[in-house]
Amino acid sequence: MSDTLNSEPVIKIENLFIAYEPGHYAVNDVSAVIKRNSITAIMGPSGCGKSTLLRALNRLHELYPDIETKGEILLDGQSIFSMSVIDLRRKVGMVFQRPNPFPNMTIYENVVAGFSLNDIRLKKSQRDEIVENALKSVTLWDEVKEFLYRKGTFLSGGQQQRLCVARAIAFNPEVLLLDEPTSALDPVATSKIEDLLVELKKQYTLVLVTHNMSQAARISDESMFMYLGELVEAGRTETLFTNPKDKRTEAYLTGKFG
Amino acid sequence: MQIELKDNIKRRNRTNGRFRYLIIAGAAVTVIPIFLIVGNLALKGYRQINIAFFTEPAPDTFQAMTAASSGEIIPGGIANGLTGSLLMVLAASLLAIPLGLMTGIYLYENREKRYAGIIRSLTEILQGVPSIILGIIAYIWVVKNITRGYSALAGSVALTIMMLPLIIRSTEETMLMIPTTIREAAFALGVPYYKMIYKILIPVSFSGLATGVLLALSRILGETAPLMLTALGSPSISFDITKPVSAVPLLIWDFYNDPNMVNLVWSASLFLMVFVLSMNLLSRRIASKRKYI
Amino acid sequence: MNGDRVTKALLFISSLIILLLSAGIVLSLTGGAIPAFKEYGLGFITSTVWNPTSGSEEYGAMPFIAGTVITSVLALIICIPMAFSTSLFIAEYYRGTRTAGILRSLVDLLAGIPSIVYGFWGFYALRPLLISTGLTDQGFGVFTASLVLAIMIVPYATSLSTEIISMVPAELKEAAFSLGATRREVIFSVVIPSARSGIVASFILALGRALGETMAVTLLIGNANLIPKGLFAPGNTMASVIANQFGEADGLKMSALIAIGLLLFVITALVNAAGKLIVKRFA
Repeated sequence: MSDTLNSEPVIKIENLFIAYEPGHYAVNDVSAVIKRNSITAIMGPSGCGKSTLLRALNRLHELYPDIETKGEILLDGQSIFSMSVIDLRRKVGMVFQRPNPFPNMTIYENVVAGFSLNDIRLKKSQRDEIVENALKSVTLWDEVKEFLYRKGTFLSGGQQQRLCVARAIAFNPEVLLLDEPTSALDPVATSKIEDLLVELKKQYTLVLVTHNMSQAARISDESMFMYLGELVEAGRTETLFTNPKDKRTEAYLTGKFG
Repeated sequence: MQIELKDNIKRRNRTNGRFRYLIIAGAAVTVIPIFLIVGNLALKGYRQINIAFFTEPAPDTFQAMTAASSGEIIPGGIANGLTGSLLMVLAASLLAIPLGLMTGIYLYENREKRYAGIIRSLTEILQGVPSIILGIIAYIWVVKNITRGYSALAGSVALTIMMLPLIIRSTEETMLMIPTTIREAAFALGVPYYKMIYKILIPVSFSGLATGVLLALSRILGETAPLMLTALGSPSISFDITKPVSAVPLLIWDFYNDPNMVNLVWSASLFLMVFVLSMNLLSRRIASKRKYI
Repeated sequence: MNGDRVTKALLFISSLIILLLSAGIVLSLTGGAIPAFKEYGLGFITSTVWNPTSGSEEYGAMPFIAGTVITSVLALIICIPMAFSTSLFIAEYYRGTRTAGILRSLVDLLAGIPSIVYGFWGFYALRPLLISTGLTDQGFGVFTASLVLAIMIVPYATSLSTEIISMVPAELKEAAFSLGATRREVIFSVVIPSARSGIVASFILALGRALGETMAVTLLIGNANLIPKGLFAPGNTMASVIANQFGEADGLKMSALIAIGLLLFVITALVNAAGKLIVKRFA
């Protein structure tokens, strides 16, 4: 774990404000750094702005014209707001709270959805390779290789979520955003996903929103604690959990709210 | 595996932008007719609308011709249509509102039963029956067998059958939105079933029911086809339900068939449209101000 | 507890009236149609001759069935792009905005305008416009009727498809967006596939509306009792021939008109049932 200590930042967030309605900030002046090949957990009670912050990282807020974003986010030193949104989103993949494989597509089609949606034509052999690799890295290959051409919706919740991770990494992004990816899953499926995330950080940079403190403690390298839109505290997970600097962090960790 | 992606972004953004304009254009084309219709009718119809338009019956073709040839406005109005419409809509409401309410409540109270399911499906089928067919039915039932001739009653029967499914469905849908706890609270207080209906169910859902009735009325007020087969039309004001009467949409049809009366068609159409649309808007107003539902 | 029994009985009886009404409609239509079917058999449906001249009287329903199907399907074809873009405008592009609300109310207003007003407007405002294009001399005919019919059924198709499109889960769309798809790509690869059956149902139900529309068509189709020979040729629909000829009919002619009414009843009921079935399976 110590090798992440000095690793370079992938994402730099500078004075970020996000408002759903004028003057009411769901994310209030947040500055932070996300390090390469690590898992950064964003924690906080519900409504603290953690998902809002996460969704800013691939400009998902732009789908909703009422949401106002101010500030700067840099990906590899380049402002994400100056990039093409298509380009950004293929570099920053996302996995959602509830498993959401496309119900109109087969398992196979779901994995290569990133390519078909982006109108990128591949040879059959290329696609086969991508599907096999992606499904193997999410440890789903052995479970579904017989059913590749069936709709993904018959899978269990945990399998569906791993399929969604496969869909996101098939495109080989730099960063993977995970918005409470296990909150709809049972404990067994949850622990499989957690193992998977730890495995994936070798290749990718992971940002994980969770309100499960023990999950953050188990798998993250870096942690951020948010409260009422503010980033209260950020640092090494071990440090933040054992020796919080801020009273609010301590109150949260000891279960006073949230 | 490295796959080149950047080259298609420009093209895709362009297609995306074009498609957006296509959608906006399509939506604009869809609403243009409403402006054209309202504008057209208002411009050409307002001249004939005066007090006489509402108080006098339709002119005969000779009066209209004389007026038209000297460039004056056509004398007379649509009073016989107004009274005929009023008579038939009133009679239809008297039949359809209580019957529709009761059937709607029945469906709500017995929604689990198979029989209720059948009635519900029949109601849906009735709602889809073209109004001209209801004209045929009212002709066979009333014109041929009861009043032995075209009559306001026959027109009312056709309108009643049109109103019924609309009221039944809006009643049931409104009641389904009442929280079941309200019903249960009433029963827990020992309120008998029928009192629960009169004192709780109907008052609580009143605005919803009113919306349904108004929408049904706005629907039948503009109906022409079934009335051509039943009420036929009449040049004079009449309140005899066993005799033919006119109606505003029937007058439009009559005026349309007489080249001298074109100006009156614009006015009568303008009046009918404004009346029906305001009723429509009123019902939506009520719907948006509902308390419970 | 007397009130209870009376109330329950009253409610039941009123529901019974619906049953009797429905049965009565089918029986009366069938009864009225019997003489025509006795005279011509099932050939009544396929015969293309409609000749009311006494002495050489002969009645067949095909010209009107053809007229109805052609105008309604053409109306639907014109209606689809309009309803489709309006629903996407309201439920996707401008979702939740004031503009979408206003557009929705305007489209709803279209549903409130009486059929005869549409017909009259089509006759005096739209027809001259069509004549000026040089495509048609008289301005009457299948195309004119279909154009106005299309405007009339747009609100029905739009309101249901809007509802269905806005029910497509935001998560699915966001998943596609976060893979880099543009809005158009999301619409075609996620929104439409998920909402497909609902959108189809909304168009089927709109078709059901078009089949039975009477007055607007009667004023615009040109009232010729033969199978329309082209897009701008006159014709008659099942509903418009009844509206035009019922008043002066008796005997066999009336029975033939009632038989056409029965056929129209069956066709619309089937189309509506198909639409409702799809909606129910989808929901």
